[in-house]
Amino acid sequence: MLDFPRWKVWAIVLTILAAIVFTLPNFLSEEQAAALPKGVPSQQLNLGLDLRGGSHILLEADPADVRKARLETLEETVRQELRGANGGPIPYQDLSVRDGSVSFTVRNPGDVDRAVETMRALSRPVGQLSAQRDIEVNLADSTRVSVRPSAAGLADETDKAMAQAVEVIRRRIDELGTREPTIIRQGETRIVVQVPGLQNPEALKALIGKTAKLEFKLVDVDADPALAAEGRAPPGSQVVPNAEGGGVLVVKRRALITGDQLIDSQPSYQDGIPVVSFRFDSVGGKRFAKATQENVGKPFAIILDGQVISAPRINEPILGGSGIIQGNFTTESSNELAILLRSGKLPVELTVIEERTVGPDLGADSIRAGAIASVLATLFVALFMIITYGRFGVYSVVALFLNALLVFAVMSALGATLTLPGIAGFVLTIGAAVDANVLINERIREELRKGRAVVASIETGYKEASRTIFDANVTNVIAAVIMFWFGSGPIKGFAVVLTIGIVTSVFTAVTVTRLLVSWWLQSKRPQALLL
Amino acid sequence: MRLLKLIPDNTNIPFLKWRNIAMGLSILLIVGSIALVAIRGLNFGVDFAGGLMMEVRFEKPAQLDDLRTTVNSAGAGAGNLQTFGDPRTVSIRLPLPPGDDAAVQKVVSAVQAKIKADNPDAQFRRVETVSGKVSNELIRDGALAMALAMLGISIYIWFRFEWQFGVGALFALIHDVALTLGFFALTQLEFDLNIVAAILTIIGYSLNDTIVVYDRIRENLRKYRKMGIEEVLNLSINETLSRTIVTSISMMIALGTLVVLGGSVLFGFSVAMLLGIVIGTYSSIFIGAPILMWLGVSPQSFVPSDANDPDAKLKAKLAAERGQV
Repeated sequence: MLDFPRWKVWAIVLTILAAIVFTLPNFLSEEQAAALPKGVPSQQLNLGLDLRGGSHILLEADPADVRKARLETLEETVRQELRGANGGPIPYQDLSVRDGSVSFTVRNPGDVDRAVETMRALSRPVGQLSAQRDIEVNLADSTRVSVRPSAAGLADETDKAMAQAVEVIRRRIDELGTREPTIIRQGETRIVVQVPGLQNPEALKALIGKTAKLEFKLVDVDADPALAAEGRAPPGSQVVPNAEGGGVLVVKRRALITGDQLIDSQPSYQDGIPVVSFRFDSVGGKRFAKATQENVGKPFAIILDGQVISAPRINEPILGGSGIIQGNFTTESSNELAILLRSGKLPVELTVIEERTVGPDLGADSIRAGAIASVLATLFVALFMIITYGRFGVYSVVALFLNALLVFAVMSALGATLTLPGIAGFVLTIGAAVDANVLINERIREELRKGRAVVASIETGYKEASRTIFDANVTNVIAAVIMFWFGSGPIKGFAVVLTIGIVTSVFTAVTVTRLLVSWWLQSKRPQALLL
Repeated sequence: MRLLKLIPDNTNIPFLKWRNIAMGLSILLIVGSIALVAIRGLNFGVDFAGGLMMEVRFEKPAQLDDLRTTVNSAGAGAGNLQTFGDPRTVSIRLPLPPGDDAAVQKVVSAVQAKIKADNPDAQFRRVETVSGKVSNELIRDGALAMALAMLGISIYIWFRFEWQFGVGALFALIHDVALTLGFFALTQLEFDLNIVAAILTIIGYSLNDTIVVYDRIRENLRKYRKMGIEEVLNLSINETLSRTIVTSISMMIALGTLVVLGGSVLFGFSVAMLLGIVIGTYSSIFIGAPILMWLGVSPQSFVPSDANDPDAKLKAKLAAERGQV
């Protein structure tokens, strides 16, 4: 007990110094911390959304949606490939999407082999190592060919769509000018968006939830309005709800052009009314020019996410590759649409399945309440320890404060996020950190009662209590680890603090107090101990 | 200077004498808790029930009945209102409207406008919406986490001690968790993700207590091989009693501070934890220890620690057989 190896003393001192160094950046402003020279710890403790205020939004894509979109493009590709097949067009009939695959019947039985070859040439390998292809081509009967996207291909497609969706959302949120948004994929079909300190969460949701698929389609003027009202349209046309004037509009299925070729879009005014201007890239501009030239005098519909936002007449060919969209816009909604069009469409439809928004007032209140509770809890527990264990109580209080410092240091160094449950975890750690000291002190009391000498009692006390302390803390760590695995957001924060607190408290409560006790024993050589 | 001693030295309280009464009481409480949870149910927050939740802060203590009328007049379904931590803060829960996010936004705006019209001072501090899909996942994950934590810890104890200790610990845990759930069913305090975190922590800390007692039982079983099991258990509990009480009080001091000063969001969490500490302390004395007796733990359950020779196990077995004859 008396001999405390020199290296151990140094290790303890160095640990404490390191803890101080890692805690210090928290007392600087963000700018000051960022200005620190390289090599100096500058990581600050992150505050969770529940403490600083902000929005947490969980979005989910429907894989069926990806499959549907894939089948639609595949149908179009198959059509083109059959027309432009090697050795002349292949006549076909009944090309349709059915049961998750695109199928068609080859008119001349002699063309079947060529059709299958053409389709097979479309397939691409999925990933770099696997032998899987993204589509499977089969003969349903002697003349019917089916082209089915494979499961691996669809998974790959979903994966790419989600990665792209993250990028699109990032662009949209950047437009809002908020700082430090967190946008991460979660699992296969989910995206978590966290934006701190937002004044207007509705604007955020309006931006990230919309697909923003823009299409220009010709209005089918020959369609029967009565049938359209029932939702029925002639072949090659479709019924689309009209956001502008209410009711529905029948448009051609094939789009003249889509928003994919847009390179810019800005909110603007025409005759004092908010409109949205747009500009195509050179290829899109040419297509737009050609389409408008061919259809002068006819009405066309501008469709956003399956809703007509306006259906103007093409008065003259639009050759410059740019134009404006009129609709029932307000200044805000025109700005919103411009942002959506600029940042591109989401490759897959996303729905909000969870949203948590905390106002900045509540966050500030929570921090204040948490800080007061932490400080007072520490003081009360310290007082209780001192009146219960006297000198040894003072040692455990020193350990308690060091523990608080270490928890902060480790969390700062890891760049961990402090949440409100995290603060609760901290307060709990304060109550629990003294447990190790209680175990040791009680054991020393027992040994003293048996009439053993001071040094021997202390020695036995530390030795016997250590095993119990280890066992008892392992169970806490098990609980904390499970919490970290299964918990979401704030609970994870709680588990992190708890785990760090448990580990550091064993160090401070056992090792550090032991050093203090050994110093005392060496300098005073006490014959009796009041405990 | 005299130090505070909450527990006098060398107590000899016959805890085990009350084991039947304690066990009867505990089983009664467990059954009662399960019945309460089954009949009254837990007041699930949006995390688990799904739906929409708003936290509103007023300048004056809120009149819940008036406010309920106001909320219901927004036409978004029947609101479930309760004060939240303090009388000025109210949480309003509403079912999720069918449709997409725009529909949710409409409901939120409508309710907020109605409340604002009557109470210009109202502050909307928090809005949460959780879809049914997510809430089901949260329920599943929460239940799984609790079950896994209990099982994992019991298995750890089984490895470190003997199987009887693992079973005892598991039963003590089931006791603690059941009673905590029963408390939430009784008081209808909101049961959300934070409470699950609290219960997981209770699982960890209640075990902390049990382990300290078990550790001493193991030590004493090795030391006093001639002593009767009831005596050993009593001795062990008495020897660790001071520590049990001091630690529990220090935890209660910390948690009590949190209950009073921790703010509205942490209130349920702190109350659950505080209760858990009390139940956990009780269960490690009155549940964890007696079970060992019923499961037939005896000094022969442990290989003598002083003998390192390979025949120790055999000798212990022989000794056990001799004891039976």
